[in-house]
Amino acid sequence: MGATASQLDKGMLSEYQELTFLTKQEILLAHKRFSELVPKEEIDRINCRIPMSLILTLPELKSNPFNERICKVFSTSDIKDGSLSFDDFLDLLSAFSDSATLEIKSHYAFRIFDFDDDGTLGRHDLEKLVNCLTGGTDDTNLTPDEMRQLIDNILEESDIDKDGTVNLSEFQHVISRSPDFVSSFKIVL
Amino acid sequence: MPRDSLIASDNDADITLEFEGGEEGGHKERRHREKRRDGSKDRRKRGNGRRRQGSRSVERENEEERVGEREKERKRRVKKDQEAKKRDKEEGDRAQTRSEKTAKAKKNIKNEKRRRSEKEGEAGERTEKGKKKVQSAKKEKSVNHGTKDKTHEEKKKKRKKVLETSSEQETSEEDSEDKEDSEDEEVKPESLSPEELEKLKEAVDDKKKLIQSLRGKPWPMKKKLVTLRESQEFLEKYEGALGKGKGRKLYAYKVMMMKKWMKFQRDFENFKTACIPWEMKIKEIESHFGSSVASYFIFLRWMYGINMILFGLTFGLVMVPEALMGRPYGSIPRKTVPRAEEASAMDFAVLWDFGGYAQYSVLFYGFYSNQRAIGWLKFRMPLSYFLVGVGTVAYSYMVVIRTMARNANESGVGDDNSFNFSWKMFTSWDYLIGNPETADNKFASITTSFKEAILEEQESRKDDNIHLTRFLRVLANFLVLCCLAGSGYLIYFVVRRSQKFALDGLENHTWWERNEVNMVMSLLGMFCPMLFDVISTLENYHPRVALQWQLGRIFALFLGNLYTFIIALMDEINVKRDEEKIVKFNITMWEASLYNGTVSENFTAPPITIHPADVPRGPCWETMVGQEFVRLIISDTMTTYITLLIGDFLRAVLVRFLNHCWCWDLEAGFPSYSEFDVSGNVLGLIFNQGMIWMGAFYAPCLPALNVLRLHVSMYLQCWAVMCCNVPQERVFKASGSNNFYMAMLLVILFLSTLPAIYTIVTIPPSFDCGPFSGKNRMFDVIQETLESDFPAWFSKVFSYASNPGLVLPFILLMVLAIYYLQSTSKSYKEANVELKKKLQMQNEENKKKNKKAAQKALMDLEEARKVALESAGHQRNNNASYQGQQAREMQPATRVPRTINHRSHGNPGYLPNFPLQNETMIRRAPSLQRH
Repeated sequence: MGATASQLDKGMLSEYQELTFLTKQEILLAHKRFSELVPKEEIDRINCRIPMSLILTLPELKSNPFNERICKVFSTSDIKDGSLSFDDFLDLLSAFSDSATLEIKSHYAFRIFDFDDDGTLGRHDLEKLVNCLTGGTDDTNLTPDEMRQLIDNILEESDIDKDGTVNLSEFQHVISRSPDFVSSFKIVL
Repeated sequence: MPRDSLIASDNDADITLEFEGGEEGGHKERRHREKRRDGSKDRRKRGNGRRRQGSRSVERENEEERVGEREKERKRRVKKDQEAKKRDKEEGDRAQTRSEKTAKAKKNIKNEKRRRSEKEGEAGERTEKGKKKVQSAKKEKSVNHGTKDKTHEEKKKKRKKVLETSSEQETSEEDSEDKEDSEDEEVKPESLSPEELEKLKEAVDDKKKLIQSLRGKPWPMKKKLVTLRESQEFLEKYEGALGKGKGRKLYAYKVMMMKKWMKFQRDFENFKTACIPWEMKIKEIESHFGSSVASYFIFLRWMYGINMILFGLTFGLVMVPEALMGRPYGSIPRKTVPRAEEASAMDFAVLWDFGGYAQYSVLFYGFYSNQRAIGWLKFRMPLSYFLVGVGTVAYSYMVVIRTMARNANESGVGDDNSFNFSWKMFTSWDYLIGNPETADNKFASITTSFKEAILEEQESRKDDNIHLTRFLRVLANFLVLCCLAGSGYLIYFVVRRSQKFALDGLENHTWWERNEVNMVMSLLGMFCPMLFDVISTLENYHPRVALQWQLGRIFALFLGNLYTFIIALMDEINVKRDEEKIVKFNITMWEASLYNGTVSENFTAPPITIHPADVPRGPCWETMVGQEFVRLIISDTMTTYITLLIGDFLRAVLVRFLNHCWCWDLEAGFPSYSEFDVSGNVLGLIFNQGMIWMGAFYAPCLPALNVLRLHVSMYLQCWAVMCCNVPQERVFKASGSNNFYMAMLLVILFLSTLPAIYTIVTIPPSFDCGPFSGKNRMFDVIQETLESDFPAWFSKVFSYASNPGLVLPFILLMVLAIYYLQSTSKSYKEANVELKKKLQMQNEENKKKNKKAAQKALMDLEEARKVALESAGHQRNNNASYQGQQAREMQPATRVPRTINHRSHGNPGYLPNFPLQNETMIRRAPSLQRH
């Protein structure tokens, strides 16, 4: 934790390897990329955080429609500003890495899609999700009618208990059958 | 898991009690809960007597400090204890430290379990919190009541234990429960009892499991770090305590080795990933263009691996032995360039065509001699040649089928279409995309796919003129068929013409005439797909269907071309064999004339030495076939590279730099940048591989050439993609297509081994070149080996085994086995569907039951509240009994979170939920009664 400013020491490295799905090289690379992003005045501070705006300049996240959500989900900051410490950053990369399990990937995917943080995907969340996926511009957006139809269909398929929302276990049930979720829910530095 | 959590809840009772007192209010938000958790931690720490201020964000320094602090704390406490209990002196220092250890161990187990159960509880609550907002507060409360009751009970038990161990110390204060607890333990004179040992062992195992599963937990890193450190510390301390005497040492040794082994494994894992070639390159592409383009490069790398192995086989077992141990160049006619060609044998043009010295080298079949054993190793060259040829094909089959099976396993679950919309919604974004253009394309494609899906769902699409579309489709197919036939005829024509040229002698013709066949094939491969693309616009198919048609047509084209080529080659082989007969006859005449003068005089006279270059020889059709394939590969490679350079690079350069001074926008308008055509490239790769498989028997150098080609392609295409391609608009999903590629590869493998096997089995080898010369058929080499190198009984057994009377029943048996396996797999599939239905039903039922239970709990709670209000006065006096009663009332309520707990954590398909619940009930009941 305190090692962000300087080199990662060996003990930390092995602990990180134990705790994440990343290999040594990937952790080192992540550390390098992270240190490049740390603002100048914070470089000496232990356990510094990178504000969300800086994180979003990473090319890997720049064009992702969920980039803000991803930051917010992985951030452990007190004020919920989406800023990431190195640990959070590693958590992010670990969840999005090649070898992460379906379980952990689907867990985080659920939290990313849960825009209002209420623990279920309601109609509102799904609507936001569709807007994210279609780019959010006027020419690509769906009409309200199409949107309603789409969300109805989704709820019909995955809302097993028919309470009008998709909860985590339903979500995981759906996701676990998908052939290409694991291969596409990846971010590599 | 439920049992685990039950035990844990027994143990963590005291702590629950502690924080319950302060913060009874309903905490609905997770934030709050987290805070509370931290708060509880603090409290616990204080309770333990560790004066440590745990802020919300525990820093690393703190972590490290804590270890030291704890140490100090312990010492201090020990001192205090020593002062307090001087009577215990006679036990000696060792006993004391040991007991101290015990105490620590127990406490740590407790701490750990407490923490874990807390976490589980929290996670479980989180999943449910949205729905059961109203109930959550009450639920928690009831849980806590329940645990309070248990706490009390446990305390009692402990006290009993204390009495039993005849320690006169009485527990006077309840607030510092932990401290008292540890004191209790320290008083205890003897070391670990068997049960405790068992407990400790269990705890150690638990820790180990925890450490291993830690990375799979969706916790923030800090929490993981803390847990890891604590459990590692715990392990270090108590792993050694397990076992006694010798066993103890052994145990410690085992633990140490285990650690070393883990470390080694991790390092090895790192090393392995570092060894995967081009990993970073592919990841870079992946992050720019998404997974579909990357899937091509992964496929390319996979092909490279296979070709590496094929190359290793042919190089190590055929080419190198022949080059090192076989007769050297120039020793026998087949290893010498004939006199007529000697002058031009070193010309570049000839070498480029793989004539001259290249033709008479280890690169081709004809060079190998038919000596049974070569060199001091007595290496069986012909046998090795034959077996490597067979092994190449067998290995390829094995690898392709194994990969297919694995892919099918991975994607086998996604066979049903029941989550069409949800998948589109939840899994369609490719998180690897790091390029804004790709992202825009992806947005567009997702939008269209949504719209399409909605349209399809509505089933409202009407065909305005079905007759016209039908007509157009028929027309398009007709045109495509014409194209295919035309290209086939063109190739046949060109091959025949080239044979005529070859008979005349190549020197008299221009470069074009010499390379006509390969050029025509490559050009057809380049332009026909474009033509098909134009034709397919007539058909007005859905883009996905259109893509499949397009792929199918290109496949047919390539296959047709390849087979025409092979048929033409077969013609040529027949021509060569006729020629060979004449040459053979001539040679006997020539030999007769050569010996004519000398034979009559003296038989013992040394035979006339003729330079091997002057000996007349047959046309060796095998080498010819090998040469054709090598040339084909070379020209194919060249066209691929040149198209890449012109079609992609030059186009990109022109578009980029002429854009400033052009009438229209080149980048957005007509030429624009080229897309990376995944499917076309994959098809090209597959066909290339097919040619390798076909020709490898007659030209052992082919795998080596292919390795070279793939290596260069990798770099060239990576570069081209990164610098001058735009991502494609039509998205070909990576995982869905993997097995599609593999299936095509399998088809090609089969189709390409067919002609090779046909020639090997039916056509007798040339009489004066190659490892099988002089034999009737190539596979006779097996027979020969069996007869001369194996004992007699073996060949006898073999001949019996290869008897049709045995082989036919065996084949029959295999067919039956296949049939049986297939029908079982079908029935499994049906059972699967059945189970799926059951699962869904059960799920719904569970939900209903849970809801009912929750409602009931709510009502009970209300009642309990009333009672509580009424009896608030004399509650103090009769605390324990009241709580017990209340807990009994609360039973359903406490059950609810548990159900939720393991449903959301464990396998969602885990059905027998209720029996387990019952078990928890049963386990709990006796304790209540005892109380």
